[in-house]
Amino acid sequence: MLSSSGVVVDEEEEEQEEEQRGLWCSGPFGLTVFVNADKMSSGAVYSHKDPMLKKRDDFEDILEERRTSSDLRYALRCYTPVLYKGVTPCKTSVLKSMVLQSDQLHYVINQVSKESGRAADDVREEASAILEEMAHSLQLSTVRFFAFMLSKVFKTLFRSICVNEEGIQRLQQAIQEHPVVLLPSHRSYMDFLLMSYILYTYDVALPVIAAGMDFMGMKFVGEMLRMSGAFFIRRSFGGDKLYWSVFSEYVKTMLKNGYAPVEFFLEGTRSRTSKSLTPKLGLLNIVMDPFLKGEVFDVNVVPVSISYERILEESLYARELLGVPKPKESTSGLFKARKVLSEDYGSIHVYFGQPVSVRSLAEGRVNRCQFNLVPRHIPRRPSEEIQSFVNDSAYRLVRAQEENMVLKPWVLLASLLLQNHHQNRAAGQKPGMALDELTTQAVWLRDVSRQYGAFLHWPDHTSPSEVVSSGLSLHRALVRVCEGRVQLAVEQGEQGGPGDPRSTVTPEEELLSQAVVVLSCASYRNQMLHVFVRPALLASAIHIASSNQKQEVFNSFSFLRNMFSSEFILCPGATVQDFEEACYLLVKTGVLQVTQQEVLVTERGHRTLAFLTSMLDPFLQGYQVVCRFLCEEDTETLTEKQFIPAVRKFIVNHLLAGRLRYAEVLSSDLQKNALAALQRLGAVRKIKGVEPGTLKVNRVMVNSLEDTLGGKLPTQKSVSARL
Amino acid sequence: MNVLSTCAASACQQAVCRALCSVVTKGNIVGVPVGTHPYHKFEIMKWNGWGYSDSRFLFNKKGQAEFTGKRYRLSGMIIPGLKDWFEGTFGANLQHKTPPTPLLTNTAVPPATLNEAFVEEVKSTGIPFSHDAEDRVFRAHGHCLHEIFALREGKIGRVPDMVVWPSCHNDVVKIVQLACKHNVCLMPYGGGTSVSSALECPPEETRSIVSLDTSQMNRILWIDEKNLTAHVEAGIVGQDLERLLNESGYCTGHEPDSMEFSSLGGWVATRASGMKKNIYGNIEDLVVHIKMVTPQGVIEKSCQGPRMSTGPDIHHFIMGSEGTLGVVTEVTMKIRPMPEYQKYGSVVFPNFEQGVACLREVAKQRCAPASIRLMDNEQFKFGHALKPQVSSIFTSFLDGLKKFYITKFKGFDPNHLCVATLLFEGNREKVLQHEKQVYDIAAKFGGLAAGEDNGQRGYMLTFVIAYLRDLGMDYYVIGESFETSVPWDRVLDICRNVKARIIRECKDKGVQFPPLSTCRVTQTYDAGACVYFYFAFNYRGLSDPVHVYEQVEHAAREEILANGGSLSHHHGVGKLRKEWMRDTISNVGMGMLKSVKDYVDPNNIFGNRNLL
Repeated sequence: MLSSSGVVVDEEEEEQEEEQRGLWCSGPFGLTVFVNADKMSSGAVYSHKDPMLKKRDDFEDILEERRTSSDLRYALRCYTPVLYKGVTPCKTSVLKSMVLQSDQLHYVINQVSKESGRAADDVREEASAILEEMAHSLQLSTVRFFAFMLSKVFKTLFRSICVNEEGIQRLQQAIQEHPVVLLPSHRSYMDFLLMSYILYTYDVALPVIAAGMDFMGMKFVGEMLRMSGAFFIRRSFGGDKLYWSVFSEYVKTMLKNGYAPVEFFLEGTRSRTSKSLTPKLGLLNIVMDPFLKGEVFDVNVVPVSISYERILEESLYARELLGVPKPKESTSGLFKARKVLSEDYGSIHVYFGQPVSVRSLAEGRVNRCQFNLVPRHIPRRPSEEIQSFVNDSAYRLVRAQEENMVLKPWVLLASLLLQNHHQNRAAGQKPGMALDELTTQAVWLRDVSRQYGAFLHWPDHTSPSEVVSSGLSLHRALVRVCEGRVQLAVEQGEQGGPGDPRSTVTPEEELLSQAVVVLSCASYRNQMLHVFVRPALLASAIHIASSNQKQEVFNSFSFLRNMFSSEFILCPGATVQDFEEACYLLVKTGVLQVTQQEVLVTERGHRTLAFLTSMLDPFLQGYQVVCRFLCEEDTETLTEKQFIPAVRKFIVNHLLAGRLRYAEVLSSDLQKNALAALQRLGAVRKIKGVEPGTLKVNRVMVNSLEDTLGGKLPTQKSVSARL
Repeated sequence: MNVLSTCAASACQQAVCRALCSVVTKGNIVGVPVGTHPYHKFEIMKWNGWGYSDSRFLFNKKGQAEFTGKRYRLSGMIIPGLKDWFEGTFGANLQHKTPPTPLLTNTAVPPATLNEAFVEEVKSTGIPFSHDAEDRVFRAHGHCLHEIFALREGKIGRVPDMVVWPSCHNDVVKIVQLACKHNVCLMPYGGGTSVSSALECPPEETRSIVSLDTSQMNRILWIDEKNLTAHVEAGIVGQDLERLLNESGYCTGHEPDSMEFSSLGGWVATRASGMKKNIYGNIEDLVVHIKMVTPQGVIEKSCQGPRMSTGPDIHHFIMGSEGTLGVVTEVTMKIRPMPEYQKYGSVVFPNFEQGVACLREVAKQRCAPASIRLMDNEQFKFGHALKPQVSSIFTSFLDGLKKFYITKFKGFDPNHLCVATLLFEGNREKVLQHEKQVYDIAAKFGGLAAGEDNGQRGYMLTFVIAYLRDLGMDYYVIGESFETSVPWDRVLDICRNVKARIIRECKDKGVQFPPLSTCRVTQTYDAGACVYFYFAFNYRGLSDPVHVYEQVEHAAREEILANGGSLSHHHGVGKLRKEWMRDTISNVGMGMLKSVKDYVDPNNIFGNRNLL
């Protein structure tokens, strides 16, 4: 049994927490928080607790038992999960006919038939075919097969799979009370098999899982997954009314009747960067709908945080971000992945968060009477009120996932090594840093991150140097230790020794292969971004603000926050709260002094502040480069499709010329987010030019945004966000 | 059952009236007329609870529940199952009693603020009036939980300063004129059965408040057998109206659950609904002509045409006006020949969902019997607990057999099954035919006919349930019922969600024991149904139980509205549900009603502040 290394909270501290919350409302830094009723309720959505006092459950390793007892017996054991209000599971065929006979589908079939002139029966056939393609066919025998196989695989790949049992108990309870939606984070293909494996282990009802259609490409595996509870949805079906209708009715039918928990990934896809992705709202809308329309009393949403010490797809992701196209999922490809079986992927931590009641989320925010005047089975676009509610809830849930992500010491090491890598490069120093220096810094960062509320899993009974070397050894593909110095494994080209005929690598190839390592490391650093993002934005804001007047700093903060709102999880409309939170943390840790008028950096605060600004610096630089690209290059005919390759080429040149030090700017994720930000701010518009998706660049605006990011222009006061 | 109770009532009333005459001569009441109804209602009715003083539930020395008096079928009977049900459902204990303050102390009643000029002029008209504490207190409340709870504690708030008893339309005209002249606030009072805080005196009212008690305007003025209408004074109470019409072979068929005490004028003013509306219609269907006295004068139509296209129906300004515009004095109502045959019935369903589906089908085929009601499982159990002691071993054997058949042979889960009660009316042949039709539909939804007895007991429950609340209040249990109407597709959802909301709110508000949260579907319409919720809990350990109760009821109403239910099906708005009026009828709707009020009663003489 491992114990969480998070700060233990006793009764007294909890009281203190209450006090601080009270203090919080009154505005501890004399900030005039203009609070209207709306802001209040959204304020309640985001947790304003002191992150240092977060209480978290202990973990238990479920592989431990697997290593000592028979996997076969485990796979064949009696599995009798408790279901919602004691319903009996329902056969797939019954479920399908319920969906096909539903009022909603009936309505849409008639509508489509009328609009297209096709016979209703014909449309019904199509609906039935869509459902066939989509529906899961959960079979216990397949689950047992997976339970057996995965036990073998997991034991080879991982040292441990740690689960918070209290979370499981809460989930068990929640399933009996109300329909449940499971929302795991998504970092690996492994995620949903792992989820089902854990739930099977704890005798909890197996979920049905929304999976992307791309899995279906793998013939055999696709069917296996289907039989273990996956249902398949097309990646895009924008205007297809019928498809949407079948899909939403299918999900709602399962949910409303409580046949099984519904599981899907709020982030929509695997995050290649380990940063949480901006939540997708489609499915969340669907699962909240039965509550909003009064078809169920409540829906419990359970965020689940799955943290991998080492991600299986680590370098795959990096390559993908660098533009090596992602191989289409195929069964043979999966078998090639067998070589991963010989590697050590450390441990996995799965944290089942506190169930969130949709009813309490909606309390005081949504007027449910809006559904009174139109029959509920007629599909309608959600109102603006509902959309903003679902959006806020989605952010809240992603933050709940982030909060309970377990950080391994390696995450700290990766951050430190990356920063060091870039600083040394700039200064032209000897690469890497001394091992004991790294250890000292890691211990410092450990303490800092704990202060900021990180769920850090640092074994306290082991000496720091052991912790560090164990972290380094697990990630030997990314770091080298030589002559007592630790450095990123970028210096020697990956491929080809001297005898290799292809040893004549171009500088660009060299750069890209280095970037693979940098991006991999960055993905570990990104795991701790959510802990630091608000203070780091403040640190950078202080850096670029023209004075330390509080209003100026806030303006810069607000500008940066707005700029990076596609990059990081920043709850919409919570600028003031985020600013307060950042101030609170930095003041509490002695980095800043905040008075009525000014924001001052303390003597001992510089180190933390420097760390925070360097953490954000690659992003700041990256966005600036994207801006420069748009200003300098001939973008008259640039389309959205051409954007990524063109900007990548531009960045490669800048890197090779030494005008840019951050190889991670090559990440297509960052480039896309930057473009999205510019579009959101109106500096770039998509127009219907000669080709669809032509980008129209407002150079003056892009230029001024670049300068503001670089601290060369003062941030303009935005009207909407004032202190 | 009704026949029994009303006979007893009238006998009793005669005795009371004789006693009353001597009281009248003693002084307070000025004027001579002696109606069939007492001026001093408290002499036959409880001043701090429901109904007749002689009828009440109690736990006898053996701990068995019994119902006292002689008025009802249940009167004088032992109800063996009630104690266990009561203790089991609420976690209540017969040792923990909360008896009411036994007597009304006059010192607790605020002194009357009289408008002397008004009093003098009323005196000169010869219309009886009183400013006795008892009379005033009796007319200061309806039967909301908080009102009765306060009375039991002996707490009296603002009460009317004076009671007047007009005996005819012209008396009312005089009183209203005088009230306008002297700027006195008038509050019409009918049967006093309001459950919407409608009779509560607005605490901010500084004028003298005069309760205008219509109880002495209780005559049937004429019966028109050609058109089947009757012209009736609005103060008549339901049971008297039916009894008097029955004597001529007619009935109105309007039977709200409160018909023993509620008045015709009250029905009009609140848009009442009767149990047998499927045959006879609700009050708006029954009324042919209304006469109302307002500060602007008398409003009435010029003819009795059965339907008119003459702009918005002015009756609809009157119906539901809740005493804010004037006093309804006379009503012409449809009457029907008394039904030749009546038959109760009941159907057991395996679960509530099936039951609702059956009711929906019955409504769709438009073959609803005079009354059809569906109780949920909790209420089925409640009804079961109210079974009086069976007289013979044979009956109890039969009961056992029935239970065995339903639960074991038919596989109904006793914790899910629910029961519909039915009442058929008409000529014998048609009733039997109708009965078969309904039972055939029920069978399609898994319903089993469960006998006349169960049906009849279901309807009896309606009349005694208000008495049961008083019993609960003797033992730390408080409760109330409230209603709504809702489209068919929402019925199941609203029932589930509101019941769950009540349970959750109780828990959140610190109620120590799980509450009783139950519902029934009591009326069916083409496009929806009326749903009644009952809610009660044990308040031991709570410092302010009424406040908790009000918060829960408030939350339950919010839940009703969020689930597409209406603000009220027939209880009305009063002051209790006023806050939701604007959302219910829109700004423009509010403006319309306000402008009517402003025209009809610019000085707010009818100042009970209901509705708007």
